[in-house]
Amino acid sequence: MKYDVVIGLEVHVQVQTATKIFCRCPNRSGAEPNTLICPVCMGYPGVLPVPNREAVRKTILAGLMCDCKIAEYSKFDRKSYFYPDMPKNFQTSQYDLPLCGRGYVQIAGIGFSGEELPAAEIGITRIHLEEDVGKSTHFGEYSGIDYNRAGVPLMEIVSEPDMTSPDQAYAYLTVLKQAMQYGGISDCDMEKGQLRCDVNVSLKPAGRTELGAKIELKNLNSFKSVHRALESDIERQAAVLDGGGELLQETRGWDDDLGDSYFLRRKEGDDDYRYFPEPDLMPMAIDNAWLEEIRAQVPETPEKRRDRFVAQYSIPEYDAGVLTADRPVADYYEETVNAGAPAKKASNWIMVELMRELSQANVPITESPISPTALAQLVTAIESADITGRQAKDIFVDMFKTGNDLETVKATLNIVKTDDSEIRNWARQAITANPKPVAEFKEGNEKSMNFLVGQVMKASRGNANPQSARQILIEELGKS
Amino acid sequence: MASDKQINVEDIAKLARVELTVEEAAEFQKEIESILGYIEELSAVDVEGIEPMAHATAITNVFGEDVPGPQLDREAVLGNAPETLDDELIRVPKVIEDGDGGTH
Amino acid sequence: MADQYVHQLSPATLFDAAAELAAGDATSTSLCRQLLARHEATDNILNGYRQLESDAILEQAAAADARRSDGKPIGPYDGLPIAIKDNIAVNGQPCGCASRILEGYTAPYDATVVTRLKAAGMICAGRTNMDEFAMGSSTENSAYGHSCNPWNTECVPGGSSGGSAVAVASGQAFAALGSDTGGSIRQPASFCGIVGLKPTYGLVPRYGLVAYASSLDQIGPLTSDVRDAALVLDIIGGYDPMDSTSIPDTRTGFIDALDKGIEGLRIGVPKEYFDVDGLHPEVRQASEAAIRAFSDAGCEVVDVSLPSLRYGVAVYYVIATAEASSNLARYDGIRYGARYPDTDLMSTYFMTREKGFGKEVKRRIILGTYVLSSGYYDAYYLRAQKIRTLVRRDFAEAFKSCDVIIGPTSPTTAFRHGEISDPLQMYLTDIYTVPANLAGNCGISIPYGTDSSGLPIGVQLMGDSLCENNILRAGHWLMESGKS
Repeated sequence: MKYDVVIGLEVHVQVQTATKIFCRCPNRSGAEPNTLICPVCMGYPGVLPVPNREAVRKTILAGLMCDCKIAEYSKFDRKSYFYPDMPKNFQTSQYDLPLCGRGYVQIAGIGFSGEELPAAEIGITRIHLEEDVGKSTHFGEYSGIDYNRAGVPLMEIVSEPDMTSPDQAYAYLTVLKQAMQYGGISDCDMEKGQLRCDVNVSLKPAGRTELGAKIELKNLNSFKSVHRALESDIERQAAVLDGGGELLQETRGWDDDLGDSYFLRRKEGDDDYRYFPEPDLMPMAIDNAWLEEIRAQVPETPEKRRDRFVAQYSIPEYDAGVLTADRPVADYYEETVNAGAPAKKASNWIMVELMRELSQANVPITESPISPTALAQLVTAIESADITGRQAKDIFVDMFKTGNDLETVKATLNIVKTDDSEIRNWARQAITANPKPVAEFKEGNEKSMNFLVGQVMKASRGNANPQSARQILIEELGKS
Repeated sequence: MASDKQINVEDIAKLARVELTVEEAAEFQKEIESILGYIEELSAVDVEGIEPMAHATAITNVFGEDVPGPQLDREAVLGNAPETLDDELIRVPKVIEDGDGGTH
Repeated sequence: MADQYVHQLSPATLFDAAAELAAGDATSTSLCRQLLARHEATDNILNGYRQLESDAILEQAAAADARRSDGKPIGPYDGLPIAIKDNIAVNGQPCGCASRILEGYTAPYDATVVTRLKAAGMICAGRTNMDEFAMGSSTENSAYGHSCNPWNTECVPGGSSGGSAVAVASGQAFAALGSDTGGSIRQPASFCGIVGLKPTYGLVPRYGLVAYASSLDQIGPLTSDVRDAALVLDIIGGYDPMDSTSIPDTRTGFIDALDKGIEGLRIGVPKEYFDVDGLHPEVRQASEAAIRAFSDAGCEVVDVSLPSLRYGVAVYYVIATAEASSNLARYDGIRYGARYPDTDLMSTYFMTREKGFGKEVKRRIILGTYVLSSGYYDAYYLRAQKIRTLVRRDFAEAFKSCDVIIGPTSPTTAFRHGEISDPLQMYLTDIYTVPANLAGNCGISIPYGTDSSGLPIGVQLMGDSLCENNILRAGHWLMESGKS
């Protein structure tokens, strides 16, 4: 029996700000437990929240990057439930007037499974801003709570149930992550808890309009597990339905080690969160002036940047795609080109040589020892034949090690440009010294030219430009 | 609107995480029903087209700047906590997952 | 009995005390000793204070005296003591809100009002008794025993700031801070024969006030005269970046308004006020006498109408309990206060809140949870917020034709302990005070005579938002005129 798969994702993204959402405690991870806290985020008696303007701005920015309708009037609401990681036993969130309404993202390319992913638009229902909760560590009979994370600004991005395959879900997450990174909104590192994802998946007999039972999957630690969990549960659900069984709305946890999901709880209708407008916070009126100010801060999307790279720099789409996948790499490339480097050569050097060295040294491009200016100097020198390809490789290695610029490295390595008259001398010497290869070349043996070029290179101790050497040899040979 | 309202004090007390004794539940049931009866007169007021007043002032866009401020010493926080763990965490009894553990 | 417990200090007010300090006729130590002596003599009966640390007070007084003799006082009020209601945070002190659930809790920060008082050099001396979490009108709901009215110790002092009112009326304090959500400053002031002011919502910062109903709560002064109320308001009022609901651009300098007299003030009399069931005839007469006094002095007296008066209490109890049920959710024994541990988390919540909260608090939490719950939100909470708009409109309309609205503070004088046991009956005593909380404007209770059993009567003057000057001027005049 064929089934339609309906997938919706609920993604929580921590907003990168200097401070928490309602207090001025630092917003960062890795600190000693319960040290990034104050009376406000601990929910002490008598405290009041003050919203972080930057958190609101970045949420609106996220919405603009996903083409969401931004609310003219928005507010915070209290969502009540009891849990020890929630200091106030209510979460200050947004209920009926979120900052961002309907929007969408585009997905395309090759899916995670390797199959082609036709271009599709995945709808976003809303993006709202809320506070994160503390972290519980469970020890069997008891648990320990660390409130450092309580109050970190958190965006909740709810997708429309538009996805129909694990590949689409994976692509959606990738595009979302890219947008958040591009916007400087979040690094979306799931290992650091900066992005959390819950999945809703239901199956229905193909063609039927009525939706099947919605199964929620939690405890997904990576985009890969999202893909795995979806594949696994779609199979599981299909098997149940095939066997004539019934599926009930429930929440399941995903065990990545086992590769299986397990029952957590039944969802009997919605929890009564008793939402009401947060009386301690004043509403937000987002007027046109403020909205346009934020809109001007929207960075170029990865797709638009890719297309622009192709058009502006005349590089292949493949190159543009690789360079724009990560914003820092794209930034580095443009800086290099703006410093005078030829576009295609710069692209090659970055994509191949630089990325390899950075990867081996485990250094992000933002901390590259070779600055865009230095790389531009190198690539320009190659293009103008100021240095040879061979020399370039040596210079590159030294640049990476020392961080020095071109002239300094040339001096250190004693790199000299050989001029044509010198090459002509070596060429004549090589011709004189090697009559046999000369004769063979004149008979049409191209390989003999390589030998002669090699002789010139040897004489020059590798410093001659091989293309020049070849050209000059041919000239000289033509003379006789 | 009024007629189908019936408060069950014990159910509501559960939502509010307050455990009432049997006597309290009975007493509160009567008292709160009486109060609700009084509040019932609000249903007669014509509120057509009236906006709700969630705040006493009409201010909007109150924000703080994203600049770090002072924190609390961990000692002050742990000192106030009834039970702590390893001098760094606040200790709570085990959670029995019952469908309303607020996990994100 | 009143003679024993009701007491005016000498000097009688903060203002006078500041003058004596400046003139060298008193020291901070001598002033504080007066209060401590009164405390010794009366408070084991009156139970106005939850906590009064004489050593700490005298230490701070000595420090202020030293500064003054060095010629370097912090200001005119350096070394003057003020009592603090037990729901306002003072760094290093408990902040128990008269509740068992906060036993063991020490506040690690100062409320903004406390920061401001300390900056003026004032000594935050003693924490006063109250109804638990400010829920009550009699200070009978304290977990640490009820307080007694100095005018008749068998009577309640009013609530929820009963302890603060007792302290001032019995000469155990020059002045005290209280909080007012539905009348909790004004009504005890009225019952105890002193002045109590609820400022405009947003004028005095709430950061550090343990929240009961966030959109209604305000901190305000209880004092023996209006000048002191203005003096305290000048110190504690004004915009606070830690309180998002505080009004950005607020004026102070209230004390200067006092001597402007009442010329040109129009006095509004709401016709619905005197039709209230249960309005005690002598209370009514006192209000009428006050109105006549203004009229005789040349003020225009106008009839106004506040038709929403009859819905005020109901609207208040929906909104206040709803917000309270949410504000009190944090008291669960996990991070601070008392924990009544059990085998698992859920039981710990239930047990802590069952044993930690008193009856009235539990009642209001349950009511508040109900009116917010799924299916009932529209019928109760949303509807109440809409009617609240109507209350505000009534005031806006009334203030078009008058500057001050006058009426009784409470329908009766102080009742006896245990006399009102029906919660609903207790709620109805707030009928004259809740409207100002709902609309957000200001109100002051002025002592104006006593009834035939010798209990004080209070007259309430209400002003439009941020029009404290009007009620301070009028109140000051009324009180001075009543003295003759």
